[in-house]
Amino acid sequence: MSPVFTMLLALTVPLVAVPLVVAARRRPNLRESVTLIAATLLFGLVVSLAPQVMDGARPAVILAEPFPGLPLALALEPLGLLFALIASFLWLITSVYSIGYMRGHKEQHQTRFYAYFAIALAAVMGVAFAGNMLTLFVFYEVLTLSTYPLVTHAGTDQARRAGRVYLGLLLGTSIVFLLLAIAWTWLLAGTTDFTPGGILSGTAPAATLGLLLTLYVFGVGKAALMPFHRWLPAAMVAPTPVSALLHAVAVVKAGVFTILKVSVYLFGSGLMITLVASQWLQYVAAATILLASLVAMRQDNLKARLAYSTISQLGYVVLGALLANAAGIVGSAMHIATHAFGKITLFFCAGVILVATHKTEISQMRGLGRRMPITMMAFLIASLSIIGLPPAGGTWSKWYLAIGTLEAGQLALLAVLMISSLLNIAYLLPIPLHAFFSAPSGDNVPGGTYEAPLFSLAAIIITTLGCLVLFFYPGPLYQLASQIGR
Amino acid sequence: MQLGQHLPILQVVIPLLSAPLCLLLRNGRLAWMFTLAVSWLVLAGAVWLLLQVLAHGTVSYALGTWPAPWGIEYHLDHVSAFVLLIVSGISAVVLPFAGKSVAREIPADRVSLFYTLYLLCLTGLLGIVITGDAFNLFVFLEISALSSYALISQGRDRRALTASYHYLILGTIGATFILIGVGLLYMMTGTLNMQDLAARLPAVTDTRTVRTAFAFLVVGISLKLALFPLHLWLPNAYTYAPSVVTAFLAATATKVGVYVLLRFVFTIFGAAFAFQAMSLGPILLVLALLAIFNASTVAIFQDNLKRMLAYSSVAQIGYMVLGISFASLTGLTAGILHLFNHALMKGALFLALGAVFYQLGTVQLTQLRGLGRRMPWTMAAIVIGGLSLVGVPLTVGFISKWYLILAALESGWWPVAVLVLLGSLLAMVYIGRLVETAYFHAPPEDDREVREAPLSMLLPIWTLILANLYFGIDTSLTVGVARQAAALLLGVSP
Repeated sequence: MSPVFTMLLALTVPLVAVPLVVAARRRPNLRESVTLIAATLLFGLVVSLAPQVMDGARPAVILAEPFPGLPLALALEPLGLLFALIASFLWLITSVYSIGYMRGHKEQHQTRFYAYFAIALAAVMGVAFAGNMLTLFVFYEVLTLSTYPLVTHAGTDQARRAGRVYLGLLLGTSIVFLLLAIAWTWLLAGTTDFTPGGILSGTAPAATLGLLLTLYVFGVGKAALMPFHRWLPAAMVAPTPVSALLHAVAVVKAGVFTILKVSVYLFGSGLMITLVASQWLQYVAAATILLASLVAMRQDNLKARLAYSTISQLGYVVLGALLANAAGIVGSAMHIATHAFGKITLFFCAGVILVATHKTEISQMRGLGRRMPITMMAFLIASLSIIGLPPAGGTWSKWYLAIGTLEAGQLALLAVLMISSLLNIAYLLPIPLHAFFSAPSGDNVPGGTYEAPLFSLAAIIITTLGCLVLFFYPGPLYQLASQIGR
Repeated sequence: MQLGQHLPILQVVIPLLSAPLCLLLRNGRLAWMFTLAVSWLVLAGAVWLLLQVLAHGTVSYALGTWPAPWGIEYHLDHVSAFVLLIVSGISAVVLPFAGKSVAREIPADRVSLFYTLYLLCLTGLLGIVITGDAFNLFVFLEISALSSYALISQGRDRRALTASYHYLILGTIGATFILIGVGLLYMMTGTLNMQDLAARLPAVTDTRTVRTAFAFLVVGISLKLALFPLHLWLPNAYTYAPSVVTAFLAATATKVGVYVLLRFVFTIFGAAFAFQAMSLGPILLVLALLAIFNASTVAIFQDNLKRMLAYSSVAQIGYMVLGISFASLTGLTAGILHLFNHALMKGALFLALGAVFYQLGTVQLTQLRGLGRRMPWTMAAIVIGGLSLVGVPLTVGFISKWYLILAALESGWWPVAVLVLLGSLLAMVYIGRLVETAYFHAPPEDDREVREAPLSMLLPIWTLILANLYFGIDTSLTVGVARQAAALLLGVSP
């Protein structure tokens, strides 16, 4: 199979799954099988692309040409491959998890859930494979719209309000800032193709390009840079698998992925390093890292705390992308992967705690470790990954990000990274520690284990192993990340 | 081919002669089928003519073989052929929908009368677009206007009468202004043929009379196309007219108004006179922006959905005029493109509301609670049409928006680009209200069984919706023609 064909197939597989899921709505087992088969196929297709891309192949294809000279095009490169690999693998795992969660929690409208999930994944693949900024924007918007029904899944007033914030901020920033930035890029450079080395260098004065970069960074609302971060905590009203895959991995990572793409392939490292605006934006990212961590400490609702933690961690990736030196880019790309595994595990745990014990608040989870030992162990390891401590993958990405700040001579930013890690310890580690070592609170009467649904538990174990594997075998990930921009 | 040569005149003669014939058919259903056949015939003609224009350039037809400056000339270039396609295309899609909708909304003994009026209105709109004679244009303008007053007054709500009367008064003022303008031009040049006018005007442009004529024409036409703040007739007219009439007029009548503006400003007076001597650019720019923000904001607070979309139309006309106000190739392309694209969106949305009205008997927002479950196809169409209105990628709205902001950035007016984008957020708010009501609220309790609209309604609606998506991806026809039309109007190469 030619790589182009594989790419097109990867884009269509989730879409083909949609009508099949709907058709099988009366038979849940068949319906979930469709999702699982589609997810497996998708992951297989993306994996089959990996060796070729590592060997330097850059398959590209034009889908349509809505504007003369400005097509909707796909082009695969290492960063896109990395994102596609993570998203498709975790879709498969999340699908397994969802079966346990959705049934265990007796959620309504499960068919709708799986259908929109598949559409969202197709959009994620589009974002990952996009060959130019316009294409990326198109799939970015499709992703926003297809996840709206998932965020508002419960249909309650609270869900409706959350949906408003979600659409308002994500569509609002993307239409007002991002679209403007893309049109402007097109006028300046005559193209929006992702090109190694960038396309914008020398097209306009530095101040103009700085403004353009600012439009891009704030236009990508999915990266949840403050002050456009409110949609992410709001989206936590969604069922946990949605929070896990979309709001810890696919959607938010599509955001930081976009910023990374803009930095590497539109502006180019050489230009980014010289822009004053880039430094100011680094400070915004640093502020987001710290502020979000501080807010996270004050959250008692587990999912809300994880959401703010995500905002903070996204700041790391944005920071690395803005530093734009070799270590920064590598660290950024690796952090997309390591944070994905860590955070999805944490959300999975939050979900099974909800299903098994109906608890949502952290203060109620003391002593839970005795009843749910596997879940809470997974929580501990994933927390270590988020913090950046061995033996979990987060160690390496934070390491490269720290080197990136040093290369750029930004000691203040290094300090921010270190302080933030301490904050991460303060808001994440007490949860598993209290679960294991504190006396049970209130109704947590000890008495036998009470583990999560089997499907969900399997998913948790796999992603936790992922965190460990990324620590012990970071080689392939590093190689892929270091090829970005070539 | 003999028939092919006479096609330009047949575009007007066929519906004009069909109108009295339709009156003779006392049976409403027969009248409908007859009108449908006529409309499809006209569409075939329009497609043929557009292909002719694309292949061979301008088509000219001398009425009664009287040569041009003396006789009436029918003149088809890219602009008119494109608008001709919009008008006849929308009519051809709206009419299949009309069958059931009209039968329910119009008393049986008046149905054939209704279709007579409809054909007259169609004649007028097609005539305006196809004619190359300024006075002839006025005549067709009156034919379409008078018949649309009567059509609007057929609405079931008694307020349709006052709405129609209001429109009659304002429309007549507009028409009178246009007539005065044309009269003044005739006084100065002694000709009514547009090409001839364009040739003779430069010699006398520096006179107060010509400037006065220009002012009268622009104001009169602005009234017809409902440019803010001359839009006051539009919301009530669209709200209380029968569903089919609203869909047809919203998608065509104002577009033809914009066409007339383009014709007079660019072909007859010329861009140089209009935009340099008369500084039309800033005036249109400011009014267009006011239209976008004022009307979109008002739309947010409407509980009657037809009225909401009517205000949205006023805002969308703002987008078209905004494109024109740049007087650049990209700007005009954006304006002309949006004629087509907006016809698709509003046609689809008003038809979908027509289907809702057919089933519910009302289009009050509160009555649409929970409709997402009970009329899934209709509501899905409204959602996609709404997204197109907002300008989400893969819909025609995005294409229009893209060219509009490109035009603004090209002219160096980036604040305008920002305002255009902010305006689309307002559209998001009023469409969002509708979506939330239809999908998040439980249906009202005292409810009779509400089912999905019949297939004869869904097909036209979804034809337009799919067109919204198709022309949002493949723009070679729309952008191509719009760009050529813009180049033609500006007298530059595309």
